[in-house]
Amino acid sequence: MSGWDMAAQAGIWALEILAITVPVALGVAYITYFERRVIGWVQVRKGCNRVGWAGLLQPLADGLKLVLKETIIPTTANKYLFIAAPIISLMPALVAFAVVPFGETTLFGLWDVMHVMNISNLNVGLLYIMAISSLSIYGVLMAGWASNSKYPFIGAMRATCQMISYEVSMGFGLVTVMMLAGSLNLADIVHAQQGGLLHWYMIPLFPMLIVYFISGCAETARTPFDLVETEELVSGYYTEYSGMWFATFSLAEYAAMILISLMTSILFLGGWYAPIPALDFIPGTVWLLGKTAFLIFVFIWFRATFPRYRYDQMMRLGWKVFLPWTLAWIAVVGIFIYTPGLDSIINFWMPWR
Amino acid sequence: MIKKALKTWLLWELVLGLALTGRYMFQKKITVEYPEEKTPLSPRFRGLHALRRYESGEERCIACKLCEVICPAVAILIESAERDDGSRRTTRYDIDFSKCIYCGLCQEACPVDAIVETQEFEYATETRDGLYYTKDMLLAVGDRNEKQIAANLAADARYS
Repeated sequence: MSGWDMAAQAGIWALEILAITVPVALGVAYITYFERRVIGWVQVRKGCNRVGWAGLLQPLADGLKLVLKETIIPTTANKYLFIAAPIISLMPALVAFAVVPFGETTLFGLWDVMHVMNISNLNVGLLYIMAISSLSIYGVLMAGWASNSKYPFIGAMRATCQMISYEVSMGFGLVTVMMLAGSLNLADIVHAQQGGLLHWYMIPLFPMLIVYFISGCAETARTPFDLVETEELVSGYYTEYSGMWFATFSLAEYAAMILISLMTSILFLGGWYAPIPALDFIPGTVWLLGKTAFLIFVFIWFRATFPRYRYDQMMRLGWKVFLPWTLAWIAVVGIFIYTPGLDSIINFWMPWR
Repeated sequence: MIKKALKTWLLWELVLGLALTGRYMFQKKITVEYPEEKTPLSPRFRGLHALRRYESGEERCIACKLCEVICPAVAILIESAERDDGSRRTTRYDIDFSKCIYCGLCQEACPVDAIVETQEFEYATETRDGLYYTKDMLLAVGDRNEKQIAANLAADARYS
C-alpha cells in the first residue's frame, strides 16, 4: 500500500467518523429539546417554544450558555482525574457507534454489491458494543472519586452498582439474539431478521426485548432508574461539575441513550428492514432511524410517566427478576433449537440454518 | 392467580400509566404565554399603589396618616401642612415598594378611598431607587388607572 493510498484511506475514515459523530452530537442536542417538549405536553404545558421557530434554536442557546459558563474545579478535587472523567465517559459512548450499521446501500447504483453503512464491519460487533459500553462506568467512578465530595461519591457508587448489575442481564439477553442469529456481526443479525415483522426477533424474544430496553434505561440512568442523580444526592456524580464538563457528561448520557435505542432496533426490531417487505422501497436508513426515534420517544415517555425506583428495589429487579428471566429464556431457546420437532418452529427465525 | 401473574409479568399497570400520560400528551395545553397573553385579574388584585383624585381634580388624600400608621412594613412616609385655602394636605407622600408587602391594609384604612392598589404589576426596575415612588408618581399612577380603579371598587363594593 503506497503512502497516497494510506492517506486516502485515513481521509475516508476521518470523513466516516465525522459523518457519525456530528449527527450524534446534533441528535443529542435535539433530543434534549424533544424531551422538554414531550414532557411539557404530558404535563399539559407547551414546553420551550421561544427561541427560534417553535423553540428549535433552544438547544443551540443552551449549548452556547454551557460553553460560556465558568468551569469550576473544587480546590480539594484531584484536578487531572476531575477533567479526565467526563472525557473518559464520553469516549466509549461515541466509540461504540463505530460498529453500528446504519443501513445498506449501493450508493445509488455505483457499487455492484450492497455495502453495509458502518465504519467497521466488525465480526464481534455485539461483543465490542457490550465491552465498550461497560467502559463508561470508569468515567462515572472517576468523577465521583475525583470530586472529593460525599454526594458525588455516593452517586458514583450507585451508578456503578446499577450499571454492573444490569449489564449482566443485558448480556444474557443478547446471548439469545446471538443464538438465533448465529453471529456476533450486527449486519448479519439484521440480515437474519429479513422478511417482515414476523421475522423480527421481538416475536420469539419478546421478554428479552423488554428486559433489554428496561436494562437500557438503567444503563443510561434514565428515569425509573435515575436514582444515581436524585435530589437527595444533589445531582449524583456530576454535582461538582459545571460548564462544558457538565455538558460533556450529559452528551455521554444522551449518546448512550441513542446507542441503546439503535441497538434495540437492530437486535429486536429488524434493523433497517420494513415491517412489511413491500415497504422496503423506503431506504433502510430511514426505517432504522425511525425505529430509533420511536424508542427514544419511549425513553422520554417513561420519564414523563414513572416515579423512580428505590435503590434496593432496583437491585432486586436487576438480580432477582431480570437475571432469572434471561437465563430461563436462554434455556427455552436452547431447548427449542436442539429438540427434534421443536426446531422446525424456531428455524423460522434462523434462516441461516 | 393466573390473572394476577399475567398482570405482573406483562407490566400491565405500567402500560396503563403510559396510556394515561399518552392521553394527556394530546390534551389542549393550558400554558398562558405571558407577555402576549395574560391571565384575568381579580378586582381585588393588589398591585402597584395609586393616589386618587376627585372628579374636580382635587386630590382625595386628607393626610390623616391612617395608612402610615397601619402599614406593617413601614413603607409609607407622609408629611403634611396647611394649604393656602386652609385645608389639610400632604406635602410629601412616599411609598417604598422595596418595603411594601402588598397587604392592602392602607387601602382598607383609608377613609376617603385615596390610596388604592391597582391591577398594574409590570413595574420592575433595575435599581432600588426606581421602586421609591413619590407623591407625584403615585398621583400619575392614579390618573392613568382611574377608570379601572373605579370599576374595580364598584365591582367589589357589595362585598365590603
